[in-house]
Amino acid sequence: MAHDVQNYNLDQKFEFTPALKKPIMTVLVIGAVLLGIGIVMAMMGGGHEEAAGEAGGHAFHWYERVFANLWINNIYFAGIAIIGVFFFAIQYAAQAGWSAPIIRVMLSLGNWLPYAAILTIVTFFVANHDLFHWTHSYLFDKSSPEYDSIIDGKGAFFYWPMEKGTFPVFYIARMVIFFGFWVFFFNKLKSMSYAEDGITDNSQWFKIRSWSAFFIIFFAVSSSIAAWDWVMSIDTHWFSTLFGWYVFSSWFVAGLSAMTLLTIFLKGLGYLEMVNENHVHDLGKFVFGFTIFWTYLWFSQFLLIYYANIPEESVYFLERLSSDVYGPFIFVNILVNFVLPFLVLMTRDSKRHGVFLKLVCSLIIAGHWVDFFLMVQPGTLGHNGGVGLIEVGMFLLYGSVVTLVVLSGLSKGNLIPKNHPMLEESYHHHI
Amino acid sequence: MERDKHFILGVYDDEDVLLHAVKDVRSSGVKIHEVYSPYPVHGLDEELGYKRSRLPIAAFLFGLLGTSLALTMQFYMMKFDWPMIIGGKDYAAFPDFIPVTFEMTVLLASFGMVGVFMVTSNLKPWAKPRIFDLRSTDDKHIMAIDIANNSSMEQDKIREVLRSSGASEVNDKSFDE
Repeated sequence: MAHDVQNYNLDQKFEFTPALKKPIMTVLVIGAVLLGIGIVMAMMGGGHEEAAGEAGGHAFHWYERVFANLWINNIYFAGIAIIGVFFFAIQYAAQAGWSAPIIRVMLSLGNWLPYAAILTIVTFFVANHDLFHWTHSYLFDKSSPEYDSIIDGKGAFFYWPMEKGTFPVFYIARMVIFFGFWVFFFNKLKSMSYAEDGITDNSQWFKIRSWSAFFIIFFAVSSSIAAWDWVMSIDTHWFSTLFGWYVFSSWFVAGLSAMTLLTIFLKGLGYLEMVNENHVHDLGKFVFGFTIFWTYLWFSQFLLIYYANIPEESVYFLERLSSDVYGPFIFVNILVNFVLPFLVLMTRDSKRHGVFLKLVCSLIIAGHWVDFFLMVQPGTLGHNGGVGLIEVGMFLLYGSVVTLVVLSGLSKGNLIPKNHPMLEESYHHHI
Repeated sequence: MERDKHFILGVYDDEDVLLHAVKDVRSSGVKIHEVYSPYPVHGLDEELGYKRSRLPIAAFLFGLLGTSLALTMQFYMMKFDWPMIIGGKDYAAFPDFIPVTFEMTVLLASFGMVGVFMVTSNLKPWAKPRIFDLRSTDDKHIMAIDIANNSSMEQDKIREVLRSSGASEVNDKSFDE
């Protein structure tokens, strides 16, 4: 076997040049313009719907749709960001060698986390009544005609130790603690990884491994509860026992796709010369495998509810499948997130060549946005939702801002962990 | 079909030597019949110039067969042969069929793959395997050169190539049938 002497530039830094920023800024502007047009159209057209809505007892305002979109993108991109940190931690906990040159690419997704934390918390305080049915205090008032005994029974999960219907202390505390620890772990892992560049022994690797293990334990619990809190509680009556995993898997596939895209993109710019098609192949296998994992969970959730046909469970799918607005997107969801990646990424060659991966990963990132769209909008907007200019604009806006934040975070330090003890192993990665 | 009977064997002690030897022997024009090693040697397939296995194609086709068999079977049974209402659903309730379809796909893909592998590798129970050198099951790598396949080359020349490529021994081996 050819053990050639490797002369890679280990001190390379990603330079976030204006030429690279320009296309991202273009997408940002396009997104902002679409969003602006969408909002203006919704404000002007909203008058009719409002009148019709008031007759039905519930007024619909254009800003509810903006809030719902903010929520979709907050949760979705927060998930992609934390998956970057999670996958980085997995590499250390599993003592993986192949991924050594790209672990900082994975970790860089976490740069979005602090922004995601602020945006999510602010959005909750601004829009809680428009997003979460359970925030209405009359639901917990036994004398009120709108008293809801089911939500009353779940109330303590949001309001403890305060009185139900007042201020959701427990809920806010969880949100703050989860985001707080996620940001803390991200910063800790990041600073430890960069500190490794200055030392010559393996001690830092062992430290990162311990911290990674702690983070994975924390993330295992917090990701599930976050999914109940932030997504499942929108449909307050309804529950699904695998929802935490389902949201996690959706995040995971989207995050893996983002990492793969980022790696291929950096390679295309001439960075990471030690990353060859074997590493890309492994990333492709992760995307392929967890696409099927997501489908497995989606179908497990669907089949049991469909088969048992218990009204309080099947209402979730009836609301979506029998709706003109959301029905088609159920099938878009399955086609883009399962059928397409499954067929395209099945062969070895398609996982080793950037063209197919670029296409599939981009589609998956859009596809899992649709997944979150289907989780959030039916419960918040009902028949007033849909994919229009507001949705597309907001997604492009968030996507480009996240890309800007992630790439500028990546450009701050060395791209390759040059003292990683398994760097040599990853040069010879061959599958 | 008559099988070739006379072989020259190069015995190698080390996998790294073997990998270089395979390259040298092939570039000197000697055609290698097969290399036997006690364990899989990473990169050996490529040095020997083997094409990628087509087994995944067989697996895909058998999987497809499983999918269509399972769907046909269930649609026929549930819709035409013995229609039953289960859980208030249609006779042909597609989501109900998915788990069985999945299992049949996996079953036929894996059985088909094992079957095709056994046929193409000649792993039938009554096959008479040729043992070139028993030590290839212990600690030696054996490179077998088919003399009939290298008729354009002097046998001593082949032995010389093997020796200079790092073989610790060069032996002859003949089979009776």
